[in-house]
Amino acid sequence: MNPRLDPRKWLHFLLSPLDGPLMVLILALTTYSAVIMVSASPERLGTLAVNAGVAFLAMWLAARTPPPRLMSIALPLYVVGILLLIAVALFGDVSKGARRWLNIGITRIQPSELMKIAMPLTLAWYFQSREGMIRGRDFLIAISLLLLPVGLIAKQPDLGTAILVTASGFFVLFFAGLTWRLILPVAVVGIVAVASIVAMGDTICQPGVDWPGLREYQKHRVCTLLDPTSDPLGKGFHIIQSTIAIGSGGVVGKGWGNGTQTHLDFLPERHTDFIFAVLTEEFGLVGALIVVVIYILLIFRGLFIAAGAPTLFSRLLAGALTLIFFTYALVNMGMVSGILPVVGVPLPFVSYGGTALVTLCLGVGMLMSIQRHRRRVGT
Amino acid sequence: MAGIRTPEQELARFRGRLAVAGIVALIGFGLLVARFVYLQVVRYDYYSTRAEDNRISLVPIVPNRGLITDRNGTVLARNYSAYTLEITPSKVADLEATIEALSKLVDIQPKDRKRLKKLMDESKSFESLPLRNRLSDEEVARFIAQRYRFPGVELKARLFRDYPMGSFASHVIGYIGRINDRDLERIEESDDSANYRGTDHIGKSGLEKSYERELHGITGFEEVEVDSGGRAVRLLRRTPAIPGNNVILTLDLKLQEIVEKAFGNRRGALVAIEPSTGGVLAMVSTPTFDPNLFVDGIAPQDWDQLNTDQDKPLLNRAIYSAYPPGSTFKPFMALGALTTGKRTPNQTLADPGYFNFGGHRFMDDKVGGHGGVDLYKSIVVSCNTYYYMLANDMGIDAIAGFMRPFGFGQRSGIDLPGESEGVLPSPEWKKKRFKRPEQQKWFGGETISVGIGQGYNAYTPLQMAQGLAALVNNGVLFRPHIARHVVDAKTGERRTVEPEPLRTIPLKQAHIDLIKRAMVGVNKAGTGARAFAGAPYEVGGKTGTAQVYSLRGGKYVEGRIAERLRDHSWFIAFAPADKPKIALAVLVENGGFGAQSAAPIARQALDYYLLGKVPAGIAPEDPAAEESSEGAE
Repeated sequence: MNPRLDPRKWLHFLLSPLDGPLMVLILALTTYSAVIMVSASPERLGTLAVNAGVAFLAMWLAARTPPPRLMSIALPLYVVGILLLIAVALFGDVSKGARRWLNIGITRIQPSELMKIAMPLTLAWYFQSREGMIRGRDFLIAISLLLLPVGLIAKQPDLGTAILVTASGFFVLFFAGLTWRLILPVAVVGIVAVASIVAMGDTICQPGVDWPGLREYQKHRVCTLLDPTSDPLGKGFHIIQSTIAIGSGGVVGKGWGNGTQTHLDFLPERHTDFIFAVLTEEFGLVGALIVVVIYILLIFRGLFIAAGAPTLFSRLLAGALTLIFFTYALVNMGMVSGILPVVGVPLPFVSYGGTALVTLCLGVGMLMSIQRHRRRVGT
Repeated sequence: MAGIRTPEQELARFRGRLAVAGIVALIGFGLLVARFVYLQVVRYDYYSTRAEDNRISLVPIVPNRGLITDRNGTVLARNYSAYTLEITPSKVADLEATIEALSKLVDIQPKDRKRLKKLMDESKSFESLPLRNRLSDEEVARFIAQRYRFPGVELKARLFRDYPMGSFASHVIGYIGRINDRDLERIEESDDSANYRGTDHIGKSGLEKSYERELHGITGFEEVEVDSGGRAVRLLRRTPAIPGNNVILTLDLKLQEIVEKAFGNRRGALVAIEPSTGGVLAMVSTPTFDPNLFVDGIAPQDWDQLNTDQDKPLLNRAIYSAYPPGSTFKPFMALGALTTGKRTPNQTLADPGYFNFGGHRFMDDKVGGHGGVDLYKSIVVSCNTYYYMLANDMGIDAIAGFMRPFGFGQRSGIDLPGESEGVLPSPEWKKKRFKRPEQQKWFGGETISVGIGQGYNAYTPLQMAQGLAALVNNGVLFRPHIARHVVDAKTGERRTVEPEPLRTIPLKQAHIDLIKRAMVGVNKAGTGARAFAGAPYEVGGKTGTAQVYSLRGGKYVEGRIAERLRDHSWFIAFAPADKPKIALAVLVENGGFGAQSAAPIARQALDYYLLGKVPAGIAPEDPAAEESSEGAE
């Protein structure tokens, strides 16, 4: 028998790059996504399957790419990303008031999405190249590398993506050993600021009060979060309806396909950013806990891979990628349940949307690659 | 920051940070779970009741849009109600097949399909989009009988905008169109999202855009109980919509109509202003277009035609296009000469037929010159040499400084969108306009051309009319406006748009009177005499010719020059001369000499406005004026 046709060999070729635990968790989440999609908007199942196919292929390819190769593409990817972002600022397409898309003839691309992967890769590469002699100066350089794309993205304006890219870069800095003396004061100031906004919500949300540095609609978004009932027909509508969907789900939910909020068109964006509300309305607290547990397992698997990674580059990359998944999940579930502002972050591996799925699966693929190649590269 | 560490220390610190990350993740998810428990267990009863209550749905009631009428009550924009067939693409399995089946019941043209396709590209898939508007009763009946076959297709009674006067005054009235992404963004920024729920049209240009806030009204709501399928079963409470306010204009549609017809198929613009208030009596830009084409989403071929037409019918020339004023600039120059003391009324200068400056000979129109010319004669015969010399004596800074208060080279602030600035040339302007240093320098020769209204000078017809209105109104300049009253559609309460004097230009009455007298002389014995022969009122005017194409020394012979390179023809006029009720500026693109094509249009406008004289071929009484009054007053 021709060894090329040996099915066991083929199976080995297909499966060997993949990490078992991660694969199981990702498959669980995409299955969950499909199950909810059947209820929320069944006509999208076909596209979901295609998107998932492309995303898995990307993951598989990333998983086969050894970390040194990943490291070698970090800087070129970053430079290309920056150039594309500048191109967007100069001749990008405007949609819904923001300049985010670049028309390259065949299709439109959103370069800020690329930056979510390129950012941690680049910073991890930078610290690897300075391994053993990392000083304060290196953190300054790393922060500049981070702020350049973040500034360009924030100017589009796309606050949600800017925050995510900032977070992805910050995680690398954090794992690279950014001193607590810098992290703690920023964290404290942030917490105090948020707490005081919440405490004084009634006074500062009065019409006519200007917030320095923020535009009227950004103030509106925060104020709506503090008191959704202040605007029940406009922005507050989304938050009110999704909290009602979650709350009315109770412990075991209303049952698959029986969510009244979902099926009477009260829920906005029910197959994308607000898909978690559908899930909790129909499967209740139990359904929500299952998702949360899957994410916790995913994150701990990621941290475990980071702990065992052989090089500084792969350690930093694995740690940062893992925390990115955490940030996505936390921000999305937080905004849907009404404790964070609505910023347009998808629920990782569950929300409908090809670009985000491919980006996230590339991230998982890199984690798998780090895990698979842990023994081959010595320290 | 910490100093250099050994790899072991580094690794230990890294693992410590991983532990911190793990703890943070657990805390984060813990908070989320706490939130879920709070919502789903502690407040379960509350939210489950809220979800039940959500069977009660709020349905927006779209307010009637306000009417627009002219000063005599002629309706320019109104609404009518009709049935429309709408499709929600996301609820239809096979769109093509559905439309095919529908076309057996109602008449669906290829252009309807094209429009739907265009709307689908612009909107979200869950929006209900019109396939066919204005269904006949028979079509309505046929569809209702077969409705069960078409999930996702609905029959809706909607209000449509209608512009009964068609293309008359279309640039002023503007049009409404479907709300697009950019409009949505603007609505969100101004915090009007709630008020626009259910509204799918918004003012896109002209008064429909500038008075959107007044015209739109306040959206009402119906609380209805819905069954599990989302269909309304019972009306619980109703907050009626408050209709939009009506806008009554200073515009006189009859005057507008006479002028538009007088233009025929020539391109150009006219702006007529009441000097004592700034109210715009007529604002014409030709060619015009039919705003009704835009209301339901314009058909692609109509759009292409309007956009590719080299006559640019969508352009409002009256406020957007700036042209060199030519000799219509001379009365203002003359007034500037008197005010700055560079000339006295009796000072006579010799005109040899040319003026030499910097090695260049600036020519007069009349070979051999006009002989001895004083200020009065300089306007009546439009003597170029007089103004070459004057410009040289005044200097560019004094000219620009004198002209600026008349509104030249600035937006007037009229209540219409899309006004342009024009150009009041000055050394500072040139510095800003050009990039390279050698282009930024101001040359003395350029001042000479500015003196006769050529060179860099460029003003909109509105600026010319406004400047003239200020001159004949003894220096008091009003902000031009087209809306006269805003009327509350419900209470009938009428808010008047108060005339807004922007400034009083310090001028001597004797100087103003001399200029006005000279301009009357133009129409009695000068360049405007032929157009105003036999006019029973006293009228001041000035012709002007704006160069389009520089002949570089050759002689201008109209017949030899391609039509689009011919000079633009200007005429400005005011009447009656002693107490002006109207001041106007006419521009005919490529019309040649000002007296020839622009002045006769001004004559027709003034004959109607002052004498009520209607040219042959136009109905003397407008039948629309009577039927309209109930909505407007």
